[in-house]
Amino acid sequence: MKISVLVFGQIAEIVNTEKLILQNVKDTDELNEQLKKEYPLLQKLAYSIAVNKKIIQSNTILTNEDVVAILPPFSGG
Amino acid sequence: MQNENSYNRYQRQIILKELGNDGQQKLFKAKVLVVGAGGLGCPALQYLAAAGVGTIGVVDFDIVELSNLQRQTLYNIDDIGKYKAITAIQKLQAFNPEINFIPHCLKLTNTNALSIIANYDIVLDGTDNFATRYLINDACAILNNPLIYGAILRFEGQVGVFNCLDKEKNLQTNYRDLFPEPPNPSEVLSCNEAGVLGVLPGIIGTLQATEVLKIITEIGKPLYNKILSYNVLNNFFYEFDVSINKNNQSIIPQTKTEFENFNYDWFCGIKKQPNEISINDFETLRVNENITIIDVREYDEMPVVVEFEHIQIPLSLFENKISNQTLTNKIVVFCQSGKRSLQALKIIQEKSPAIQVFSLQGGIEAWKKHQLKNLINQ
Repeated sequence: MKISVLVFGQIAEIVNTEKLILQNVKDTDELNEQLKKEYPLLQKLAYSIAVNKKIIQSNTILTNEDVVAILPPFSGG
Repeated sequence: MQNENSYNRYQRQIILKELGNDGQQKLFKAKVLVVGAGGLGCPALQYLAAAGVGTIGVVDFDIVELSNLQRQTLYNIDDIGKYKAITAIQKLQAFNPEINFIPHCLKLTNTNALSIIANYDIVLDGTDNFATRYLINDACAILNNPLIYGAILRFEGQVGVFNCLDKEKNLQTNYRDLFPEPPNPSEVLSCNEAGVLGVLPGIIGTLQATEVLKIITEIGKPLYNKILSYNVLNNFFYEFDVSINKNNQSIIPQTKTEFENFNYDWFCGIKKQPNEISINDFETLRVNENITIIDVREYDEMPVVVEFEHIQIPLSLFENKISNQTLTNKIVVFCQSGKRSLQALKIIQEKSPAIQVFSLQGGIEAWKKHQLKNLINQ
């Protein structure tokens, strides 16, 4: 099972790429946990998560080929 | 059509069958409020005025600065020190005299927002801070006004349409459905600190204006309940669907009274730190007392400060170098925007708890702006 994770804004700087490919992540809670462990700077950041372009509000089961996107809020104008 | 000139002006869009005369009449009748006449507001205003939106309000309390000209294309060198809302309207009025422009030279707050926004059909958010963004969103949610959201940072921008019913899906979301909680202020980067490629707000502001025109003339598919993200470096566009966030319902003010009682600065974590000193208090202290002022910016940072005596110890060397200094006076540390100086303040407090030390609120940028405003008002 393989998923892609697209990251935006400051998050791309923290993970040092715009796209991660991950194996065997069962749901978005697990993904969140893994990312925060791997990149501790993410712990302090606010962001929203989308699975296949839909913003989610609670833990969501991931399946093969899912695309998760992580979007932080911006305030510049 | 008002007259032949007017027809000529808009002929290229009137001949679009999707828009036509009907669409042009809808534009003439429309009232759009643009909040923030900065990077996003300038291009948006230019295209809204060009398209013939009948009434355009401009909210901005700020003045034009040299560092704005890299992206805020309505202003020139001679405008530095002038109010943005007034200056923008002068330019736009000359560009299209048919439009009724209304300046609002003020800061939008929870006591004035509802009465101002109520006079308009659509709001375009071109502000630069979270507190005002949540405030505008909530006001639009209460008044049921469509909100065209746009935001930028470095090389990336976001645009979206909120508080607007998508009849097909029977769905109406707002900014809080996307981001229920504002980020921690210490994690928020502003364009002052993180930078922005000047053309980016040009693109995002123009996308916002496009959405306004589509909604007024009822053509195409506006970004209802969607956020479009754009990265200039790799030309990557990505759309997000926003749905109702049930966790949001308890937080958002539902009535005028709740809105007026909601503290947006507090909600966004903006509170004065215990040892921050305001610009005015700093001026008093500087003139009346013998204080040591330390610039904690790195050596190549601008603007250079020549107006008052100070020493420079960059934050990157601060911990090592501060031990060699004999600290006796009261100290004020400053940086560009007042964030790094808070870190320097902590270092001094730990090393010399007996010393009175303050961090300049808003940094040297706020101080310079304060000087400029004083000069204008004299």
